[in-house]
Amino acid sequence: MTKTAQHTVLKTENLTIGYALKKQQTVIASNINITLKQGELIGLVGANGIGKSTLLRTLTKVQQPLNGAVVINGVSLAETSYLELSKSLSVVLTEQPASKNLTVFELVALGRQPYTNWVGNLSNNDISIVEKALLQTNIQPLKNKKCYELSDGQLQKVMIARALAQDTNLIILDEPTTHLDMYHKAYILKLLKKLSKETGKTILFSSHEINLAIQLCDKMIVMSHSQVISNTPCNLISKGVFNELFPEDMIAFDEKTGSFRVKQ
Amino acid sequence: MSDQKKYKLPFIVLVATLIVCFFGNISLGSVSIPVSEIAKSLTGFSDNYIVLHYRLPKAFTAILVGSGLGISGLLMQTLFRNPLAGPFVLGISSGASLGVAILILGAGISGSALAALLISKWSLVLAASIGSFLVLLAVLVVSTKVRDTMAILIIGLMFGSITSAVVSVLSYFSSAQKLQQYIFWGFGSLGNLSWNELFIFTLIYAFGLVLSIASIKALNTLLLGENYAKSLGLNISQSRFIIIIATSLLAGTITAFAGPIAFIGLAIPHMVRQLFITSNHKILLPAVFLMGAIVMLICDSIAQLPTSDYTLPINAITSLIGAPVVIWLLVRKRKMLF
Repeated sequence: MTKTAQHTVLKTENLTIGYALKKQQTVIASNINITLKQGELIGLVGANGIGKSTLLRTLTKVQQPLNGAVVINGVSLAETSYLELSKSLSVVLTEQPASKNLTVFELVALGRQPYTNWVGNLSNNDISIVEKALLQTNIQPLKNKKCYELSDGQLQKVMIARALAQDTNLIILDEPTTHLDMYHKAYILKLLKKLSKETGKTILFSSHEINLAIQLCDKMIVMSHSQVISNTPCNLISKGVFNELFPEDMIAFDEKTGSFRVKQ
Repeated sequence: MSDQKKYKLPFIVLVATLIVCFFGNISLGSVSIPVSEIAKSLTGFSDNYIVLHYRLPKAFTAILVGSGLGISGLLMQTLFRNPLAGPFVLGISSGASLGVAILILGAGISGSALAALLISKWSLVLAASIGSFLVLLAVLVVSTKVRDTMAILIIGLMFGSITSAVVSVLSYFSSAQKLQQYIFWGFGSLGNLSWNELFIFTLIYAFGLVLSIASIKALNTLLLGENYAKSLGLNISQSRFIIIIATSLLAGTITAFAGPIAFIGLAIPHMVRQLFITSNHKILLPAVFLMGAIVMLICDSIAQLPTSDYTLPINAITSLIGAPVVIWLLVRKRKMLF
């Protein structure tokens, strides 16, 4: 049982997420207990508006939890400064970079910001880490291209390379496959799988590609109205968790193929 | 790194152009002074009054004004992620106008006999500084309450509208003579700064420049957007505060000493981005400094209408020369780089 010996990277303790406006609290989900281990690829799925983004925002310290705690590498988020956090957690967001007048190399190199000096000069070590990130995401040929010249799929790889260059043991991606065609959706998720195995990084992503996630992920977090549950895809299927994910009038989960089918 | 090699030549060209423009600017003027005489004055062998007490301080002022406005424009464009932002989006210019308007027009309306005495060079500088400082203070106070950077942009513009409205009301009740005096201030002027005034100008300018240089890393991080910048450990509110203070020190003192100079702050960063094809502030900041200084020196030389007795308003020249250049660059490259 080597699995249990793996280092725990992220853990939530009775986490309640939602929004607090003045004295009124809007609870999105409560009692969330998830544990992410080193080298795992984890898919977060759930219907639109169920609170996937709120959960990711809470895990990345963009918003405060209503209750409970998020612990990354043994330290509670509440006690971590943003600069410290930037060395253990990197993100790929749904938004595009504000300026695309950067070369691929320059953009990926911005991932080294937490480590560089006051003016942001790259050391030889920084450059070799950036080069490695370019290599791992297969975008070395694009190195000197401007970001406005890239396709959506290429840009997504660049943003992933930037997160790799930040040299953290946890990467969180918010819907990395939106706007991509079927081939590139599979490509990006397979790339994440490869990276988690090769680099030992823990990679958590939210996605609507449940079919792909079931095939690729080590573990999945499923958000539904009643609960937030995390387990291996096989266990989740046998527990029938996916059947409760959506209203049953349109699509149904087929346990044999592990995918959703449109009801005729 | 290859980066530094790539930009070495353009930087050498810019520095050389700046030196040429500087001496060109000093050599040209209403009074024709032989080059030998200018050289002697600059090296201390002769003390030509026009060169030492008029042209030289004016050339230095042009360098400070051009580079300062260019840099504050660059800071604002990156902070607000908006290629149309300039140093005056925070209401700095309208605040200064308000201060000066109250001094010139307000004093006229109240009919004070002292009014004529009050309006000296220093009181204009003081009124402009106080005006822009107060508007800026209001924007800063609001900005600590507002998280969205775009909202600060709008608030700055709103404060600008309010102050312009007050200026309009004051103008309506003013005499033609006072109005003319106010309009003349609005033309902008690089000349008539004494060495003492220039010294204070340079001091405040240097402080703003140091803060700008200290913000280079934060500015580069902000190119990714605020959320990414936060995930990279950048303290957004602190960086935003420093960038706004740097801009106001630069644009505020420039407006106080030289009047509201249009266009330079908006255009110079675009010219530099088109020429250097990068958004890296380590390259952009020094390049904008040089380019701003060069363009301002050229504009000033033209405004002097060499060998004639007339001096055109510098504000008109900066737009007349600058706007076509930016249009030409954009048409040629077909792309608004940012």
